[in-house]
Amino acid sequence: MSERNNKGVSRRQFLNYCLTGVGGFLAAGMLAPMVKFAIDPALQKAGAAGGKVPVASLSEITEEPKSISFKKKIVDVWTGEQETPLTAWIYKQGDQVIALSPICKHLGCTVNWNGDEKHKEQFFCPCHLGRYEKNGKNVPGTPPMKPLDQYEVEVKDGKILLGEVKANKIAEGA
Amino acid sequence: MIRKMYDWVDERLNVTPMWRDIADHEVPEHVNPAHHFSAFVYCFGGLTFFITVIQILSGMFLTMYYVPDIINAYESVKYLQNEVAFGVIVRGMHHWGASLVIVMMFLHTLRVFFQGAYKRPRELNWVVGMLIFFVMLGLGFTGYLLPWDNKAYFATKVGIQIAEQVPFIGGFIKTLLQGGPIVGAETLARFFAIHVFFLPGALFALLGAHFIMIRRQGISGPL
Repeated sequence: MSERNNKGVSRRQFLNYCLTGVGGFLAAGMLAPMVKFAIDPALQKAGAAGGKVPVASLSEITEEPKSISFKKKIVDVWTGEQETPLTAWIYKQGDQVIALSPICKHLGCTVNWNGDEKHKEQFFCPCHLGRYEKNGKNVPGTPPMKPLDQYEVEVKDGKILLGEVKANKIAEGA
Repeated sequence: MIRKMYDWVDERLNVTPMWRDIADHEVPEHVNPAHHFSAFVYCFGGLTFFITVIQILSGMFLTMYYVPDIINAYESVKYLQNEVAFGVIVRGMHHWGASLVIVMMFLHTLRVFFQGAYKRPRELNWVVGMLIFFVMLGLGFTGYLLPWDNKAYFATKVGIQIAEQVPFIGGFIKTLLQGGPIVGAETLARFFAIHVFFLPGALFALLGAHFIMIRRQGISGPL
């Protein structure tokens, strides 16, 4: 027997390896579908872009950012389409209409135009005193690390239509 | 590496005697199918437990998507079965396992009965086994309602009407099970709670008692 043991693997060890292997295979076969089932939402691609919805008429909008509330239908899995309330800060810049998302890029609170008396002409987040310029650019030294997001805007027949929220493009130029 | 990690923990907590206590025990010759093939009948208890483990695991994962609410229950089951990856497999495990666990438990009970293994000193373990049997039937009954389809609804209506036939307290049992005057929102919420919290809790306690007793008393001798 000692000769055999010198070769490295004893009979007991060999059986142990076999049993562990078979047991591991069975456990994996059982758990793999369940784990995939659980992590499936994390593996999904972002949903297709929804259509644009009319939110206001062009005549309402001035150079001063105005808070416009609107509703958009968002599909929430088995519950179907849900009317979801959203808000945008909309203003004119020359011929261009700009619509900024009110969601602070720090931790997602809601920002206000002229919300802070000490800092006029800025967006202000009351949660951690984050501030943004009119074009959405985050003020250095305040918590947010990125400019406010921008809605896709379309003007049609004097109506303003808003689409998806995208990363801010106008703040870089300013 | 694993060996070293184990040794590190073992040196401090002395865990080896704990699992040795659970895992290391002699299997008598008369229950070893390698010696007598007919000894496969001793596997049914273990198979029941194995399927129970599958039921617990698959059930835990199903609750990640399932909603116990009369408006969303059916839609959430439809969604998790048809849209989520492997949903049909995970729900299939729970669905078929539910029937299989009853079958295995029945075979295990038959073996114990025909071998007379329930006799002194193992009467108490038979009683605990019977309680486990009823808990399992309860799990089957409450789980059947949860998809909230026609089959589930009418099966539960009939089941509750059977319970209502109990003399004197039938009406009380019916209201208690339904949670209200009809099979509806309250029934679904309550069956869900019973199915995932109350009965599994009872099942764990009873299984613990069942296993501790069999280890104390050992497997009954050969016929």
